[in-house]
Amino acid sequence: MNGAQIMVESLKKEGVDIIFGYPGGVLLPFCDQLYDSGIKFVLVRHEQGAAHAVDGFARSSGRVGVCMATSGPGATNLVTGIATAYMDSIPLVAITGQVATHLIGSDAFQEVDITGITRPITKHNYLIKDAKDIARTVKEAFYIASSGRPGPVLIDLPVDVQRAEAKFEYPEKIEMRSYKPTYEGHPVQIERAAKLIKESKKPLLIAGGGVISANASAELKKFIETAGIPVTFTLMGLGSIPANHPLFLGMLGMHGTKYANYAVVESDLIISAGCRFDDRITGKIENFAPRAKIIHIDIDPASISKNIVVDVPIVGDAKEILKKLHEKTGKTSRKEWLSKIKEWKEKYPLSYEKNGLKPQYIIEKLSGMLPDDAIICTEVGQNQMWTAQYYKFKKPRTLVTSGGLGTMGFGFPAAIGAQMANPGKIVVDIAGDGSIQMNIQELATAVYNKLPIKIIILNNCCLGMVRQWQQLFYKQRYAFTCVENAQPDFAKLAEAYGAIGHRVTSTDEFDKIIPEVLKEKIKPVILDCRIVEDENVFPMVPAGASLDHMLEGLA
Amino acid sequence: MAENSNKALKSHIIVIAVENKSGVLARIAGLFSARGYNIDSLSVSATEDPLVSKMTLMVRGDERILEQIYKQLNKLIDVIKILDLTEGDFIDRELSLVKVKTPNSVIRQEIMQLADVFRAKVVDIGKHSVTLEIVGGTSKVNAMIEMLRGYGIKEMIRTGKIAMVRDFNSKKQ
Repeated sequence: MNGAQIMVESLKKEGVDIIFGYPGGVLLPFCDQLYDSGIKFVLVRHEQGAAHAVDGFARSSGRVGVCMATSGPGATNLVTGIATAYMDSIPLVAITGQVATHLIGSDAFQEVDITGITRPITKHNYLIKDAKDIARTVKEAFYIASSGRPGPVLIDLPVDVQRAEAKFEYPEKIEMRSYKPTYEGHPVQIERAAKLIKESKKPLLIAGGGVISANASAELKKFIETAGIPVTFTLMGLGSIPANHPLFLGMLGMHGTKYANYAVVESDLIISAGCRFDDRITGKIENFAPRAKIIHIDIDPASISKNIVVDVPIVGDAKEILKKLHEKTGKTSRKEWLSKIKEWKEKYPLSYEKNGLKPQYIIEKLSGMLPDDAIICTEVGQNQMWTAQYYKFKKPRTLVTSGGLGTMGFGFPAAIGAQMANPGKIVVDIAGDGSIQMNIQELATAVYNKLPIKIIILNNCCLGMVRQWQQLFYKQRYAFTCVENAQPDFAKLAEAYGAIGHRVTSTDEFDKIIPEVLKEKIKPVILDCRIVEDENVFPMVPAGASLDHMLEGLA
Repeated sequence: MAENSNKALKSHIIVIAVENKSGVLARIAGLFSARGYNIDSLSVSATEDPLVSKMTLMVRGDERILEQIYKQLNKLIDVIKILDLTEGDFIDRELSLVKVKTPNSVIRQEIMQLADVFRAKVVDIGKHSVTLEIVGGTSKVNAMIEMLRGYGIKEMIRTGKIAMVRDFNSKKQ
């Protein structure tokens, strides 16, 4: 077999049935083998779209996504997507073509040192120089991507290696002496944590993306229900517990709910599961949870005591550890604490003024109409925060959003991947008028593949989140954020691609058209919602302030 | 990361066993630059196992930063094992080559005597210079260099430190 065949066969061994990508010169042997391999190939219109699409595929399905791009610019176009996946610990394998081995280092046509470029944004990467190494490398790549703290792995495959002959033998077992993730929490630490939990009067659990990637929702729910622990979420953790659950406090942090942030400040014990205490969560580090001891459950030892000093670290898989904590802590009644939280929830609900077409109204409406398993992708900025605040996520893996890197242009291609992975479900991209234009070319991919993605543009004719910061912190000097005069007609743009386009400017118009939009089964739909332009995201903890210093309603 | 710059910035000697593959040095160096860790010296060498290389690093930081360095290094797939030698008993050496000006034979004589005291070797003699090779712990190498500075050093180079745990005293793994 030649290297390209070995590559295809190895991917099949890993159960790959779909690849997102873009062809190119040095990938020709591989493309030729893929052509009639039975693996579905989704041709994107820009390689960045491929990286985000497999990311959306992976987030929504829990499977490892595979994308592919040629050498040089193809490979560099993947970089933002790989970094996005890296920051949110999403398992994907990126395959890039490379110039022939004898040309590497000669500045050949379309040559770039992609393993060098992606070293800090991949969990690991490989440059394969011998066809006999392909099978083992693929095996390792999938294992590394999906085990421990998941992440992207890149395989760079020179064109001559694709053509070279070698024997195909797919390894049964992984032999890696230097990589052994820890899954089981240390029993002594679990014991210590259980003791703290039993003693605590005001415990609070923070659920992060690790709960989703460990598929630990059921264990989490059981644990908090029995132990009577309210739970707040990072952006990445939303969906792990249904939003209508009595112990649900919504998101914490910069745009978190007041009651979640008050709970953090008041709590005497924070139990963090799969959250890495990012600055958007903690606010001013010194004032974070000032009264609380901290138990930190994380599969990545390096996440522990990185940003915040913890009292009980537990390295391991959230699913296993939550299960054990549940067994060890048992039932506790915390009436006082829970009634205080209930009081906060009633006193400080998320709210907005209902005049004109408001983004929050749109999200609430969608939340009420869509089935529980609908997948909501977002772009980045205000659209993302309103979604996190107002959409009532009921199930894990139904929110697909770029948390750590905050990549504008992520949502729509991610929705393509999510729809491919979940053909029967409704997939929505909640977008801003800025973000959607960053990967708008993927409309062609969606139309060609008959993906009925609903793109809801919360169009405020400006780059809203940055504009909000300018309004609040830069004396209303709106540098480079108002794009009103240069905006395309999104409805017509959709039509130009063969998709469906509508524009609405009032709640009545929105209410009227939305059932029809959600019903569409074949074509992508853009719904351009001209929202009230100066609406802001509140509450807001200014960068570097403590969580109980929330701004509110200055719109 | 907290930036408590002057708070107990202790020097540590870390020995890392890594897979002997291309790109490993770049991964380690890249990690230090990306995360802003201080690195004072670095040496890379072969070991008794052809599949394993060892790197000896001198790093500075407070306890928390050291812990992070240790954990982040451990995350690299090609890193097999890390040893922080500072806490235990260890042997360390570095080597320096120093070319000193010798305008006349009196000074040359003096320098050769000095070399004798420090157990340095004369490895080259030119018309107006002597080159010494000195091997030892950092303080010895430093002392010798300081001594020679007075005579005028024309050129100097030194390896990074290499280090090893003493037997019967392996402390921190």
